[in-house]
This record gives sequence, structure tokens and C-alpha cells, in this order.
Amino acid sequence: MGKRIGMEVGIAAAEAVALCNIDVAAVYPITPQSHIAEHMADIIHDGRIDAEFITVESEHSSISACAGASATGARVYTATSSQGLMLMHEILPIVSAMRLPVVMGNANRAVSGPLNIWNDHGDIMPQRDSGWICLFTENGQEVIDLSIMAFKIAEDPEVMLPCVVNIDGFQLTHMIEPLEFPTQAQVNKFLPDRKPYATLHPDNPVTMGCFNMPDIFTETMKAKDTALWNSKKTIVKVFSEWGKQFGRKYNVVETYKAKDAETLILTMGSMGETASIAVDEMRKAGRKVGLVKLRLWRPFPVEELRAAIKGAKTLIVMDRAISFGGAGGPVATEIKSFLFHDKGRPRIVDFLMGLGGRDVTVEDFIAMVERAKKKKDETYEYYGVRE
Amino acid sequence: MNTVQNFEIFAPKLVDRKEYFSAGHRACQGCGEVLALRLLLKGLGDDVVVANATGCMEIVSSAYPQTAWLNPYIHVAFENAAAVGSGVEAGLKALRRKKKIADRDVKTIAIAGDGGTADIGLQALSGAMERGHDMIFFCLDNEAYMNTGIQRSSATPFMAATTTSPAGIAIPGQRTGKKNVPEIMVAHKVPYVATACPSYPIDLINKVKKAKAVKGPAYIHIFSMCPTGWRCASEITIKLGRLVVETGVFPLYEVENGKYRLTMEVPEKLRPVGDYLKPQGRFRHLKPSDIETIQERVNREWEILLNKVECMQPW
Repeated sequence: MGKRIGMEVGIAAAEAVALCNIDVAAVYPITPQSHIAEHMADIIHDGRIDAEFITVESEHSSISACAGASATGARVYTATSSQGLMLMHEILPIVSAMRLPVVMGNANRAVSGPLNIWNDHGDIMPQRDSGWICLFTENGQEVIDLSIMAFKIAEDPEVMLPCVVNIDGFQLTHMIEPLEFPTQAQVNKFLPDRKPYATLHPDNPVTMGCFNMPDIFTETMKAKDTALWNSKKTIVKVFSEWGKQFGRKYNVVETYKAKDAETLILTMGSMGETASIAVDEMRKAGRKVGLVKLRLWRPFPVEELRAAIKGAKTLIVMDRAISFGGAGGPVATEIKSFLFHDKGRPRIVDFLMGLGGRDVTVEDFIAMVERAKKKKDETYEYYGVRE
Repeated sequence: MNTVQNFEIFAPKLVDRKEYFSAGHRACQGCGEVLALRLLLKGLGDDVVVANATGCMEIVSSAYPQTAWLNPYIHVAFENAAAVGSGVEAGLKALRRKKKIADRDVKTIAIAGDGGTADIGLQALSGAMERGHDMIFFCLDNEAYMNTGIQRSSATPFMAATTTSPAGIAIPGQRTGKKNVPEIMVAHKVPYVATACPSYPIDLINKVKKAKAVKGPAYIHIFSMCPTGWRCASEITIKLGRLVVETGVFPLYEVENGKYRLTMEVPEKLRPVGDYLKPQGRFRHLKPSDIETIQERVNREWEILLNKVECMQPW
């Protein structure tokens, strides 16, 4: 193992991106992403990397500028959070439809109103259908590793899609953790220069962003869907290459003590670490409880999830976002939908919790496992609400 | 002396014969906007990348799998042409510096209609100009949202009838005056700001060339006649462009580093605005007193402009 240093995770995210030889960063500040933006500015202003830093006047413009820059063949990065991501919403599906690789760090934060700057997944879930590859990170080391891998995935000629790396706001962005950085030489070896399919340059003029009449729009949409599904192959391949080079193994679905578990907790993002402690506690008490963590949200890793939950009787989904007036949290709804026809599938219990920065402790996980035992149906339920 | 001074006006042979916007596009008969586009692209030449906003010029030119654009071109959305252009400019700059593309000047331009400039695109435009990207922004102003069916914008002139500012009994057309975007650009300290009109093609092309030579942001506001939206005959397009200038409704001028200069012949007395208004259906509801009101407003604006030409010093 290399040398570990203590660093704030937001700053580490910027440092990881700096190792990737980016050409353009377009960033607008928003809490809790701001340390990424500030540190990116430091790195570029100090001349540590040779890149253009566009201090845009809004997130709508940051993602638009990223689209323009990516179309020239540049390697581009942006970071945002919450309201900023909501403001980008209009442009996100255009970037993916135009097959423009862009890597974005998203410091997950609740969406207004009321205004709340703290962590949940309410910002990324409305972007679910944008056609972006969507990764979640559990700790600072994963933020470094996945931020670098994201470029390789997004720019792969078989993929050519934008990729968002979700980093839980404050819970992760503002933590100081012991972190190991790859060297520049190692990253250079892992991540070759981008080889774009077509670029905006007079040497070979192309038209990008034609509009579609009804006779071709459906085909374009299907092509994008197919491209996103196909990206999983590359994601798995890049994870495996990373594992070989750096020794840290990544899977699209991670498990912890899940093999013989009767009850499984399912998390996304930074909650996984707390949940694993809760699993240890319950295991000590002789309970067959395990943990499943979704690292990849889009494309949805359905086969890997099926394998991970095989044999479990209860699957408790921790949803940190709400579909108001709908079937429940987006994660549980998705899983129920995929497993609808599966014989012997686990009972799915859906808790909405950890919203707007509300802590979810080891005790909370144990209490939810208890509550799930008593729950008869599969309707969703808020956990920990003061009535 | 005048002949020598105006030599270029009589020398259309100097215009680039190459077409950068190909025939076969779907613009309306008599479209002044597509003419403006054709001319400005001639002024720019080959080494250019275009970021275009959603609007008439996008729709008439780029129905998949066809394109009318011979220059490299990108369209992303409606309000963000300036932001996309910012990214293109930054990308080209970084890639050139890092020797990943050819080492020569390639100009980034962004194009939008009046809605994509004065209304929904104003924030992105302000940001891009303030940041000082090496980019020309062109507003092709046909004074309403023509692509969606002639709805008013903040660039629609006073009292003009549009589908969202109809000539009603209680409210006779547009209630506000035209937003002065060139002035807003001057306030951004954009080094080169100009107005132009395709009825004055050599003047338009010369301004484009001047803007291209600027290392930094430039803004050109092009009056773009729209027979469809203005409810007038398509064959009077060029004439309308002449009349709008001769009446002083849309004067031709340029502002170099804050210094104003008229680029039209300054008449002893402006032509009456009625000459420009009367051929257009969008003004057919005007009473003689309304035309008088408009005349007063135009006179006032013209005086203000002449004062600027006389008094404003370069920064």
C-alpha cells in the first residue's frame, strides 16, 4: 500500500481530477460542492495542471460549457449539487444524447423547498432518466478512485456518455479521511488521452445537435438507451483494470456478509459504512443480517443485484429521496419493478430516511431491521419522523 | 471624396464568393435572417466554429440527417448558445496550447435570435462577455419569437402586434419599447459592439471582419427582416431593411472600446417612421397619433445616439 495522507474528501476529489490531465473545468459554486470548486481553481491558478477554468455564471452554463468543450475533443469536468443539478436538468439529456463524455462530481444534497443544504439523494434522483452513467461513492478513497475511473468509462469509444460521480454532501465531501493517491505516472498509464469520435474543428467540419423529426426520434432514443445499457460492460472492465493496477476491487453491486443472510439492508452512498457496523452488531447477536450496496445506479445492475440478494427473505431498501404521491422511494420502486416476476424474491421493505442531513446511526439501522420484521406489506414508510 | 470613402459600398466583388450556408435550407421566402446568416458567415470564412441557439436558423438548417452548415457547428439548447460557445472557445484554446489540435486561430461564434439573446439567453450572454472569451456573439433580431409563432420578446418594438401582444381594443400591441442589447454589451466593456442589417451587406461583412480581428469578445446585433412574422410581402425584405435604417428606427453604428461611430450616412433629416411602419401588417392597427408617438420616441433615441457619437470617449 502506498502512503496515506489525511485530506478532506472534497479537496481529494479535485486532486483526483487534477491527475486526469483535464483540458477544461467549468464550475459554479454551491454548498457543499464549493470545496471542490475552490480547490480546482487553486490547482489551475497555481499552474499545477494545464487547463482552462471557466468561472461560469450558473450551473446551466457550466454544463452547457462542458458540452461545448467536450465537443471540441477536450477532457472536461464539472461539479455541482442540489439546486445546481436541478438547474442543469434541461441540458443533461442533451449531453448524453449527443454522446459527449463529461465527468461530473455531484455533492448530494436535498432539494428545496424548504431550503436545506444537507445530504440526501433528492437531487440526483430527478436526473435518473437523463441517460447519464450514475455512480455512488461510499468513502473518500472511492471518490478518488471512481473520479479517475469515470473519465476512462465516459470516454471509452464503446460508451461515449457523460458520467456523474455522487459524493454525499458533508457526510462525505467535508470529512477528513486517510487517503491514498495514485501517482501521476500510474494515472497516465491507466487513463490514456481521449480519442474523440468527432470534434468541432474546421479541419473536419461536422454538424452536431441536429433536430429529429418523428420518423427518427424513437430510433435515436433507443440508440441512447442501448448505449447506456451497453456501458455496463465497460464499467465492469474498467473496475477490473483498476483492481489489477491498484489492488482495490470494485463491483457494480457490493455485498457485505450477504451470502447466508436472511435479511439484507440495501444502501447507496456513504450510509454503507455505518450500515456495515450495524450488520456486525446484529451478526454478533446471532442475527443473519447482511448488506448490499448499489455502486451503479444507471445503468441499473439488475443481474448483479439478483445474485447478491439470492436466498434472502427480506430486503430493506434505504431510500434517501421521495417520489411524492408515488409508489415509494425511487430505489425500492425500481427494485420492485425489476423483481416483480421473480419467484421466491425477498419481501421488499422501503424506508424513506436520512433526508436533508438527518443522521442515520447504527442504532437506526438495527431499529429499521426490527421494524421490517413487523411490517406486513410492501408499502413505503418514513423512518424516524417525529409525529 | 465621397466616392473614395464609399468605395467599398460599390465593390461587392470583394465579397467572398464561397457559400458557407448551403442552398436547400428551409427558411421562408424573403427571410432576412437567413440572409444575415449567409453574409456573416462570408465575413468569417473557414476557420470558425459555430454554436447556435434553438430557433428559426437552427430549425431551417439542421433536420437530421441533413445540414446546411459547411462550418463546424453545434446546437445544444435555446438559452445557452453563449455558454456552449464559451466551452468551445475554452476547449479549442486548451487543446491548441497542449498541441492536441492544429496551431492556428479558429474563431468561436455564437448565434441566437432576439429571444435567445435579449430574453432567455441574456444571462449566458452576459456571463460569456464578462468572462472575456475570444468569441463573437451574433443576435439575429427579427423582433419576436418567430419560430414558435410570432410571440413578443423584449426586442419587439413598441406597439407591434404579435400573437402574445395582439392589437386588442384595450391594449393595442406591445406595451414596451425595444430592449437595447448593444447598449448592455457596451456596459460590459465589450471591445467591439456593432449593429448591422443585411440590406447593407458590405457594411455587415466589414463589421464581422472587424469583430473577428478582436482578441476577445465582440457583439453584433443584426436587424433581420421577417416578412412572415411582420405580415408583409416577402419581396420588400431588402427595402424594409433600408427603411428601418433611413428612418432611424434601427441606426447602424459601431462602438470600438466605448467610442461610438455611425456607419450610415447621416441624413439632414430622418425619413418619417410611417414609411417603415406602413408596409407591415404588425403595425396596421396604428392610428396617426400612434405613429406620431413612435416618431417622437425614435427622434429621442436618435438624439441620444448622436450625443453618444459626439461625447463618448474610448476607455
